[in-house]
Amino acid sequence: MTIETYSVVVIGGGPAGLAAAIAARKAGILDVLILERDREPGGILNQCIHNGFGLHTFQEELTGPEYADRFIVQARELGVACELNTMVMGISRERVVTAMNREKGMFRVQAGAVILAMGCRERARGALNIPGYRPAGIFSAGTAQRLVNMEGYLPGREVVILGSGDIGLIMARRMTLEGARVKVVAERMPYCGGLKRNMVQCLEDYGIPLKLCHTVVDIQGRERLEGVILAQVDEKGRPIPGTEEAYTCDTLLLSVGLIPENELSLEMGVELDRVTSGPVVDENLETNIPGVFACGNVLHVHDLVDYVSEEAGRAGKNAAVFVTGRPAEGERRQIPLTAGQGVRYTVPQRICVERTEPCVKIRFRVDAVFQDSYISVYRNGERIMHRRKAVMAPGEMEEVILPGAMLEACTGSERIAIKIEKE
Amino acid sequence: MEKRELTCICCPRGCMITVVTDGKNIGEVNGYTCRKGKEYAEKEVISPVRTVTSTVRILGGERPLTSVKTKTGIPKDRILACMQQINGIVAEAPVRIGDVLLEDVAGTGVPIVATKAVRPL
Repeated sequence: MTIETYSVVVIGGGPAGLAAAIAARKAGILDVLILERDREPGGILNQCIHNGFGLHTFQEELTGPEYADRFIVQARELGVACELNTMVMGISRERVVTAMNREKGMFRVQAGAVILAMGCRERARGALNIPGYRPAGIFSAGTAQRLVNMEGYLPGREVVILGSGDIGLIMARRMTLEGARVKVVAERMPYCGGLKRNMVQCLEDYGIPLKLCHTVVDIQGRERLEGVILAQVDEKGRPIPGTEEAYTCDTLLLSVGLIPENELSLEMGVELDRVTSGPVVDENLETNIPGVFACGNVLHVHDLVDYVSEEAGRAGKNAAVFVTGRPAEGERRQIPLTAGQGVRYTVPQRICVERTEPCVKIRFRVDAVFQDSYISVYRNGERIMHRRKAVMAPGEMEEVILPGAMLEACTGSERIAIKIEKE
Repeated sequence: MEKRELTCICCPRGCMITVVTDGKNIGEVNGYTCRKGKEYAEKEVISPVRTVTSTVRILGGERPLTSVKTKTGIPKDRILACMQQINGIVAEAPVRIGDVLLEDVAGTGVPIVATKAVRPL
């Protein structure tokens, strides 16, 4: 088997992979390789034909394919190598990547640094325990999106959507515009899972009802879906008897969450976070395996691609620093970062005592809707940061930047926690 | 004058804003909690616009479709008329990003432009 060598190998050519590769290249690494399993780079952006991408990165509103194109062109101009239709089979702890495609067969690449950018996939019906038959007509929202926007097929005419994630909301509008009738969007939680903007412009604009605290309790039809039964749920998510409502439909779209795709990471021994389902990383976005970095939706699921690009840029830059030789390895002293009250998770989960950048950017999600509350940062029980925020919701990622001064004189025995407080 | 209720999209708070309007003039605005919200509500009531995105059939291309958008926002009440005209467009490969596939959609004066390149087969 042939073995090639590249300084930086990026697994996945979606928005994260492209931005990471570009950043590594700009940081002076001449040989950067992207391995992408699809027929073209750009990842999920290729099917996200709606607009609203790029407000932070380019200060204009682009569609998904346009946003992707900006990065694809840049990667090409910088001479980033890209193998398409290529499936990565495994990565060793020594950073040997085994991959396969039709032209080369099986091949190996020795990487100086590896950037994991495999993205995420949709939670499927099997994970929901919905009773009933398994007829045709049940799709994940993203599958329907690909069928409509890239292949030119409309999956059905009468649609019910379960889950109010952004893709579900976007598809409610898209199917309506293509002539289907979207009867209802049901959401099990008491709040909408997607961005406010999508709730207004995808549902309210078209008079599509959003039923909060509702779920699908039965699926009808043997060959093709004929209808679903919705019911209200109590605060523990259990259906309330007597609240059942029947909807006839030939299509059910599921928009019930995204799961980072970490099979490769797990197999190579990357430590995963139980809440994010993504790798545990330090502020360089480096995993527990030296020289292996993670960014984008494989690390934690984002709402805005602009944040993915920014984060991936940091991973690319830090991979370049690793390759060009960073100060002696030795024992890595790290401070754990804990998600305290009101916080579901933080990324990174650890901060190195010997940092290359003084400031540390921390992204996190809250676990409920908070009004007029404070984001507090504690170091060893002492509050070192306290910032008021009018509204925080689980659907919108939050961010705090810890200035270097706050982390001075750390030895590695400290504990840092982020909490949401009323005052 | 009528009373219109809308959800603000400026931040996750999602204020319910009520605007009294006759469709041309703004009367009393209530329920907003910031300046951005008030501005959004006034614009949304007088002249709501949306960018419409969809797909167009491509002949002789390596892909069957390209994605398209209205180059700028169009009045909200023209969306369905716009979709009807988009569905009637058939273009030939090659298509580049930014190519105008229809000069003026549904009398809005706004062109339909391609947002994805399609190479010939």
